[in-house]
Amino acid sequence: MNLGSAAAAAAMPKHDDADVFVDVRNVKLNYKAGDSSTLALDRTNMTLKRGEFVAIVGPSGCGKSSLLKLASGLRRPTEGEIVVDGSPVLKPIKIVGMAFQNPTMLPWLRTIDNVLMPLKIVEPYRSNFRAEKAKYEQMAASLLAEVGLGNFKEKYPWELSGGMLQRASLCRALIHDPRLLLLDEPFGALDAFTREDLWQVLQKLWMERNPTVILVTHDLREAVFLADTVHVMSARPGRVLVTHTVDIKRPRTLDDLFTDKASKLVHELRSHISHDRSV
Amino acid sequence: MRAWDVAERVFPLLAIVAFFVLWEIACIVFHVPVFILPKPTEFLGDLIRRWPAILPNAVQTLYTTIVGFALGVAVGAAIGACIGLSRFVYRMTYPLLIGFYSVPKIAVVPILVIWFGIGTVPAVLTAAIMCLFPVVVNVATGLATTEPELEDVLRALGASKFDILWRVGLPRSMPYFFASLKIAISLAFVGTVVAETVAANIGIGSMMILASSTFDVPLVFAGVFLLAVLGVAMYAIFALIESRITFWARRNADIAA
Repeated sequence: MNLGSAAAAAAMPKHDDADVFVDVRNVKLNYKAGDSSTLALDRTNMTLKRGEFVAIVGPSGCGKSSLLKLASGLRRPTEGEIVVDGSPVLKPIKIVGMAFQNPTMLPWLRTIDNVLMPLKIVEPYRSNFRAEKAKYEQMAASLLAEVGLGNFKEKYPWELSGGMLQRASLCRALIHDPRLLLLDEPFGALDAFTREDLWQVLQKLWMERNPTVILVTHDLREAVFLADTVHVMSARPGRVLVTHTVDIKRPRTLDDLFTDKASKLVHELRSHISHDRSV
Repeated sequence: MRAWDVAERVFPLLAIVAFFVLWEIACIVFHVPVFILPKPTEFLGDLIRRWPAILPNAVQTLYTTIVGFALGVAVGAAIGACIGLSRFVYRMTYPLLIGFYSVPKIAVVPILVIWFGIGTVPAVLTAAIMCLFPVVVNVATGLATTEPELEDVLRALGASKFDILWRVGLPRSMPYFFASLKIAISLAFVGTVVAETVAANIGIGSMMILASSTFDVPLVFAGVFLLAVLGVAMYAIFALIESRITFWARRNADIAA
């Protein structure tokens, strides 16, 4: 795992590595709106190993969220390509789970039915959903129990707090056991303590199920706590400026964040972003 | 708090009773002649005494309204769905729809009479036209306002446009749809009665025109009263259905109460 800066982009990463799960190759993304066009990503390179937890940090509007859309196949890059699990991404790839800052639960469904929603859409669950409903409900219930919502599965989303909704949103993202989990500032709207609770929940889920994760965040402590690798992106047009490996043993605890190593890393990440903003 | 809850339920009834009592008193005190403004007791008495003759008219009006309403809602929902799902159709038909909407619906009754003669058909169609537009607008709005992020979650899993419409778009537009039904049923009554006053031999509208031409003022007021009762009843039925089906959309009010 490495790579990033424009200089490094010239020397392409090796692709023969069987462990590479996501490979972002020289990607450029242009948003066109009428006559004007915005370059959101420029020559972005990034590789993720199977099961790796990667965080992407960077200033607002640096194309972090765009990168997630590209990885999921919701958008096609203007140039370059993205390879997931050996094949280029040309359309939505179905092995992804997504969660956003806005939990977007459907208010007319109970929490457990919201969590089950992906199974009604994606194969192989879709075709046998009716037959296996009891089993799937059991799956959803145990997942909800694991994030501490065991007693809330029959509640409607509007009866839950913001932190609970985000837990449920994580469950919905994970119910179909996706191999690639894309998280777009999932905890951005939560208070600091709830956020720290959810870091631990997410770490636990990730360690048990081990999907490959791309987490987009503004929170550098969050990135350090959760990720194996942190990519810092530049202001628009976004490129990977620098990449840091977080060398802290798992499972990590909140105390780990107060060690010298962690504080230094947070500080260093911060300095990259400050420097880029002042340019 | 409990006492206040009870009061909140009783006060509307009190207001209705007070309205009629004041009316009655005013008529007595100011010696208002019957052919100007009958007392509530007079026209309610008439309503009961002449019920066998009034009933067929009431049935006809109710029947016409419901058929017209069903037709208007079905067509309106279909048009609304087309407009809500496609920006292209929306752009294309918008001026036309506004044009149709701006035409006073009463103006089309003579045309309907030319086409279909006097009777039930023009009344049904007038009712349908009256309730068409609120349904179109609300269904289109409901469908056009899906959260993009939720759509992304489902699309990333390979959901088709139909999946998203079925799982998200339709349930989401239900509160808008039911809100429009309450408006539509009242407007359907207006359409029916307007058409009946112009072009029908039976129905409350027709009955009222006949009554007014013979200065049978209490019967005219009995007709108005009957229309009000029918209108409130239908509104209440749809409000009840709405609260049962789209309970999740009025959650804040419920929790606060």
